[in-house]
Amino acid sequence: MDMIVCIKQIPDPETPASAFKVDEAAKKVIPAQGTQPVVSPFDLQAAEAALRVKEQLGSGTIHVLSVGPAGAAQAIKQVLAMGADDGFLISGPGLDDPDAYATAQVIAAAAKKIGNVDAIFMGRQAADWDEGVVPMGVAELLGWPQVTVAKAVTAADGRLRVERVLQDGFETVEVITPAVVTISNELGDPRYPKLQQIMMAGRKPLAQWTAADLGLDAGQLQSRMELERLYVPVVESQVEVIEGESPAEMAANLARRLREARII
Amino acid sequence: MADAQGVLVVGEVADGNLTGLTTELLGAGRRLVEKAGGKVGCLLVGAAVSGVANDAIAYGADVVYVAEDGAFEPYAAEAWLPAAQEAAAKASPAAVLLGQTSIGRDLAPRLAFRLGVGVSMDTVAIEYDSKLHFTRAAYGGNARAQLAPKSLPAVATVKGKSQDPLEPDSGRGGTVEHIAARPAADQARVKVLGQEKAKVEGVRLEDADVVVTGGRGLGGPEGFQALEELAAVLGGAVGASRAACDLGWYPPSAQVGLTGVTVSPTLYVAVAVSGASQHMAGMSGSKNIVAINKDPEANMVKAARFAVVADFKQVLPSLIEELRKLRA
Ligand SMILES: Cc1cc2nc3c(=O)[nH]c(=O)nc-3n(C[C@H](O)[C@H](O)[C@H](O)COP(=O)(O)OP(=O)(O)OC[C@H]3O[C@@H](n4cnc5c(N)ncnc54)[C@H](O)[C@@H]3O)c2cc1C
Ligand SMILES: Nc1ncnc2c1ncn2[C@@H]1O[C@H](COP(=O)(O)O)[C@@H](O)[C@H]1O
Repeated sequence: MDMIVCIKQIPDPETPASAFKVDEAAKKVIPAQGTQPVVSPFDLQAAEAALRVKEQLGSGTIHVLSVGPAGAAQAIKQVLAMGADDGFLISGPGLDDPDAYATAQVIAAAAKKIGNVDAIFMGRQAADWDEGVVPMGVAELLGWPQVTVAKAVTAADGRLRVERVLQDGFETVEVITPAVVTISNELGDPRYPKLQQIMMAGRKPLAQWTAADLGLDAGQLQSRMELERLYVPVVESQVEVIEGESPAEMAANLARRLREARII
Repeated sequence: MADAQGVLVVGEVADGNLTGLTTELLGAGRRLVEKAGGKVGCLLVGAAVSGVANDAIAYGADVVYVAEDGAFEPYAAEAWLPAAQEAAAKASPAAVLLGQTSIGRDLAPRLAFRLGVGVSMDTVAIEYDSKLHFTRAAYGGNARAQLAPKSLPAVATVKGKSQDPLEPDSGRGGTVEHIAARPAADQARVKVLGQEKAKVEGVRLEDADVVVTGGRGLGGPEGFQALEELAAVLGGAVGASRAACDLGWYPPSAQVGLTGVTVSPTLYVAVAVSGASQHMAGMSGSKNIVAINKDPEANMVKAARFAVVADFKQVLPSLIEELRKLRA
């Protein structure tokens, strides 16, 4: 089975709220000092899902693909170290900060150019904009079925069997390939590459393409939504810390305050 | 669509009723058309949905588009898409609204690409002046983004509890139209083999007026027993942080937050939950937050109305006892 794993390099989503800043004029996030960009967490789980399918089958190829700035090569190398076979970095004019619409166009075109792809694994949503749009866009542009928010994927005679997480439970589906599958955190932790794998990753092939290489013009890379404002909502702390000599007394005081405030 | 006007709501039906979020979308749709003009349409897709068409009208729909067929269930994007497309073609709306649910998350982006338009996911505010504006959280809830569609119809999923439903009015008038599109079940590329729905004992998390949530600081699944007791005394439901769900201490269907459930109860008690922005994204609309945390600097403590800074193990037994006395 030939698989593509799509990954996005993003500012660390674990950045505490206190260190999170926005340049409102530029409508951009200012990366917190001393933090490094990371691979969006669900994308590492997408890589893990693809690696498990390859191990299950005992054969197959995993391509890692990222659309973004030149620095995203680092993110690709991280997934090559986990065990993927080769990488594709698609960057250049118009692609430093593409929106979901443009990104889906690029990924769909790249998948066609790579050719013979049976499955594309993506994260359920990128942990910067928290949208979850690109995968369905890619599926639509390629005319493939989609299965989203998966916690387990296995291969079975040209199909994928996928366990999905629903808001009120789980479901198991079977999808005919080629297909797009998105992965959620319920899959479990992605593997850590060993030191030797990290060193070897540098020697794996990494192709660099531009949008023009994929036959895409500027019109296809235009966003469909205009970002009018980006800001940090103001929240003021008005907490009343409950006093007490002992935790038991605090508990009693809390119960009393809740009653006084007519909350219970 | 040059003359795009009005709103099309893609509704959801569960256990034979419109979901609460569907009624919220209809309320939002009504308020939008009051300013922008046009009608509120409501698409209902499923095996037996025509029975709730009148409810959709009572909650604000002018036209209900019914796509009724057993083959629409369980949901699959490729089965629902042609029905949604047909309804969009009939209604020619300025906005298509879906809920931020398992279905909305999966369907809305695909529908947007099929229509060649943009989409705003997990929208918390919809405004209209001379054009539409959507506000949504981004960066794990640390930022807010306001977006305007460049072409119509704009597709948006809407976060639960962000919009108010109307009081249902059974005297409202409306019409029902039938959607012809049917899924070609024999050509389905995605087949649902089975579903396993979480058991809900007592009140549903989304609907609960009191929610008691546990986090990683509980130290193990046992901690949730005390939370269940506390929830029982308060007549509430139990939620969990993602960290607690990932550790297998509580089922993912109880996860509160960005990728889980959104709640806005009268009382939210967060026990040993740090209050990461992605968690706050699912509960910051709560009217009163109580934090029980041993760290006075925890974000949840700062966001709370009342906080007890102590080890939860020493607080919960007395709290349960005191509340029992008060409620007796
Ligand atoms: C893209 C993305 C999406 C996410 N979506 C969600 C989501 O939907 N929901 C969600 O919850 N998280 C989500 N997260 C994870 C989130 O960032 C946090 O990691 C998570 O919420 C932390 O869970 P926690 O508060 O239980 O654990 P921790 O952050 O580890 O906090 C534990 C807390 O317990 C306190 N504590 C420890 N021991 C005790 C004790 N004995 N008594 C009292 N207090 C104690 C500590 O002081 C601490 O505040 C997401 C993350 C990402 C990147
Ligand atoms: N710039 C990108 N490069 C590669 N893959 C991406 C990019 N943006 C999004 N994706 C993929 O699409 C998924 C969902 O992203 P989004 O729709 O932006 O939330 C991510 O988890 C990635 O797998």
